[in-house]
Amino acid sequence: MLDIIISILILIGAGFTFVGSLGLARLKDFYTRLHGPTKATTLGVGSLLIASALYFSHTGPGISLHEVLITLFLFITAPVSAHLLAKAALHLRLHSQAPVPEEDKVGNRD
Amino acid sequence: MIELALNIALTLVGLATALTFWRLLRGPSAPDRILALDTLYINTIALLVLLGIVLGNNIYFEAALLIALMGFVGTIALCKYLLRGDIIE
Repeated sequence: MLDIIISILILIGAGFTFVGSLGLARLKDFYTRLHGPTKATTLGVGSLLIASALYFSHTGPGISLHEVLITLFLFITAPVSAHLLAKAALHLRLHSQAPVPEEDKVGNRD
Repeated sequence: MIELALNIALTLVGLATALTFWRLLRGPSAPDRILALDTLYINTIALLVLLGIVLGNNIYFEAALLIALMGFVGTIALCKYLLRGDIIE
């Protein structure tokens, strides 16, 4: 029973990691590309670490808590780095697919 | 059961690392490359965790924790450099 749960968690984690990197490679502009890897971090690596914690709690002498540290650290730092990356991209005025809103166009300003 | 899942997972994460590396080499702008580096260290953490399960060894989690710390600091430093033109003002 535990084997099946661990296998499903490992497959979910690896699948989401792959989809996140596929999004990073295939999407059109930087702001859409930023979406993919953030989800890969939270869900993909998160469920891989849960699977690892279950496995080592099952085989090892006691409860394995190293993974919780990594999970906490990743969950705290992933939004911070994504926010700073978006800020850097806005600062560099990277091209975006989204059309400029009407009221922000030059010449349309009050 | 777990061995088959581990093999599939290692293949998928390896492919993900290859795709990220392609974006790192190609990426038209600097934030794209920084995002690719960020994703690359997260993929490395996933690979290390899977390797720890395959080899049944607990020591790989310390390496994963160190990579997480250093990768975060690296990403923040590169973003600060792009934003301010300097890292420590």
